[in-house]
Amino acid sequence: MANMTPNKCPMPVQDPDVRNKNFEEVALGYTFEMAQGEAERCLNCKNSPCVSGCPVGVRIPEFIALIKQGDIEGAYAKIKETNALPAVCGRVCPQESQCESKCVRGIKGEPVGIGRLERFAADYCFGKGEAPAKAAPNGKKVAVVGAGPAGLTCAGSLAKLGYSVTVFEASHVAGGVLVYGIPQFRLPKEIVKAEIDALEAAGVEIKLNAVVGRAVTIDELLGGEYDAVFVGTGAGLPKFMGIEGEALNGVYSANEYLTRINLMKAYKEEYDTPIKRGGGSVAVVGGGNVAMDAARCAVRMGSEHVYIIYRRSEAEMPARVEEVHHAKEEGVEFKLLTNPVRVLDDGNGCVSGIECVEMELGEPDESGRRSPVEKKGSNFVIPVSAVIMALGTTPNPLIRSTTEGLETNRRGCIIVNEETMESSKPNVYAGGDAVTGAATVILAMGAGKKAAAAIHAKLTATL
Amino acid sequence: MHRIIKKQRLNANTVLMEVEAPLVAAKVKAGQFIMLRIDEYGERIPLTVADHNAEKQSITIIFQEVGATTKRLGEMNEGDALRDVVGPLGRPSELEGIKKAAVIGGGLGCAIAYPQAKALHEAGAKVDIIAGFRSVDIIILEDEMRAVCDNLYITTDDGSNGNKGFVTDELKKHIEEGAGYDAVIAIGPLPMMKFVSKLTREYGIKTIVSMNTVMIDGTGMCGGCRVTVGGEVKFACVDGPDFDGHLVDFDEAMRRNGFYKAEEKAAMEAHECRLGMGGK
Repeated sequence: MANMTPNKCPMPVQDPDVRNKNFEEVALGYTFEMAQGEAERCLNCKNSPCVSGCPVGVRIPEFIALIKQGDIEGAYAKIKETNALPAVCGRVCPQESQCESKCVRGIKGEPVGIGRLERFAADYCFGKGEAPAKAAPNGKKVAVVGAGPAGLTCAGSLAKLGYSVTVFEASHVAGGVLVYGIPQFRLPKEIVKAEIDALEAAGVEIKLNAVVGRAVTIDELLGGEYDAVFVGTGAGLPKFMGIEGEALNGVYSANEYLTRINLMKAYKEEYDTPIKRGGGSVAVVGGGNVAMDAARCAVRMGSEHVYIIYRRSEAEMPARVEEVHHAKEEGVEFKLLTNPVRVLDDGNGCVSGIECVEMELGEPDESGRRSPVEKKGSNFVIPVSAVIMALGTTPNPLIRSTTEGLETNRRGCIIVNEETMESSKPNVYAGGDAVTGAATVILAMGAGKKAAAAIHAKLTATL
Repeated sequence: MHRIIKKQRLNANTVLMEVEAPLVAAKVKAGQFIMLRIDEYGERIPLTVADHNAEKQSITIIFQEVGATTKRLGEMNEGDALRDVVGPLGRPSELEGIKKAAVIGGGLGCAIAYPQAKALHEAGAKVDIIAGFRSVDIIILEDEMRAVCDNLYITTDDGSNGNKGFVTDELKKHIEEGAGYDAVIAIGPLPMMKFVSKLTREYGIKTIVSMNTVMIDGTGMCGGCRVTVGGEVKFACVDGPDFDGHLVDFDEAMRRNGFYKAEEKAAMEAHECRLGMGGK
């Protein structure tokens, strides 16, 4: 008999007043008993609607059934069949709008905690798994550009099929947004590293500090030893508002602030990279997950007040409900229906405050969200010593400006055939944020997987 | 790992290093830079490539020991290795079509001006190099610069080399005498580039400057390197580092380079303190 409790088993978390002073993981994960209890809530529906909500098609009811039976290794192996990075996805996927949104239990109560169970299985098996057997080489070579979620997934899928895969990564660490963007307290870097180590054990070669477009071009890769190239270079170029005072000292892009903290570990004493810490207040402009990450980092860096400034209301916020909830618990203050008009100078070229204007919601715009309209004369100043712009990012121009014949749209995103992820340039595939603009880890992974299948189909057709 | 194969002190606080970096050495062009990280704990710093040797798969970097990282770098020796070197980054300098150029280097800027002069010289352009230093005892790269130009003029602020003045004085003199430069390339401290650009604007001579800014990744991600050029925000790492000197907002750039001044000062003090206690 299924467990008919209407609510998910709550996730144990660090106390907000403790965790807002450290970078340890916020959510602590289910125990074996909690996981089994939650697994019992799954009705094992015949048509498994949850699977249709997963961009990589994880066999959800099957892995949950294995958890019920106590076969956690089996559950983990089941997830791994279709998902290269379970410990990552269990933590950062927006399950509420994907698999869990399709769960039948969600009709009368809360859906099954699929993400939490995925994380449990991955964490339970952390470090226990044996190295996967390397597939027999098929003699074909594929180059992957960018070691983020899209590239790693594509590389892992191809390696399983016997391809010799080399990933070219511009940074000194593999992982892309998983290491420079998402903070330690949401996704411990040890976990990302373990997932990447597993890919390397499966035969994927990762070349760090290798900038495609500069050190080597796509044409050189194709003209040389590689039969196909997958471009998963993400959307790394930060946007700014174009308002007065944005060049003042103390104004960061969220990318800069998060990279200093997450990639360069500026929050740790023994690391050299500088960051402003302590004293003063911080304003984060934007309402997405990146804005929440930046604000929650700013709290942990000892800021007096940390504000989220967002021009619409909470209902329109693109951030996950869970992230907004955690940010509030940790003391982040929300200034909604508020839009910055300029950043103020303290007289020495540093930020002394941010002047904002109040907004009200008007008619829905093309995105379906009610567009904010300025309330004339409602200007007010919030005193802050730093401003972090979290307004979204666009694809890096490096690849498109150095690759002849690679078509991009007016936002700089690579244009692909949506069935195969092949670009306008033969044998060059692309996926993830480089194609869609800033989106989610799991969508990028889905694209990497789809491209791997298409590359396999094309290259085996010519074997 | 990138082994240091040669270390040479050019003056009291300027060091030249030749470092193994095959990917960079194979492709680098004048004007491009690298990011390096000494070890796991180090920050990523940008340095312009001063020279390269494709056969030895090595590059030459020249730096001044002004911050905690460059101090630590200066304490490293031949045989030691750097954890990370990535590049070449930035757009190569656009030097095509230049027939007669004045290449201006200010202090350490000569290390960046040198490859540009060399590229122009090798392409057959007439090249005058005007190099400015505070005093005669800190002059660097004199022989190297002399080898890649038609005329080398060295000025010193204090006149200790017998030619007192600023690079702008020397440049103005040659322009007035009818040198007929069709381009000026100025690389050095921001105030120097600002005043060279101001001077050449009066004469309508195209001027290229190289912006050495604060940055972390060097590939367009952090935006820390943003400079205002002709009223537009540009990223020095991907749009530059070369820009039209007549359009750059130098005052803003000077202010932005002081972004982490307090943190840098603290790091330097901590570094000196560790040295005082017997090294790190």
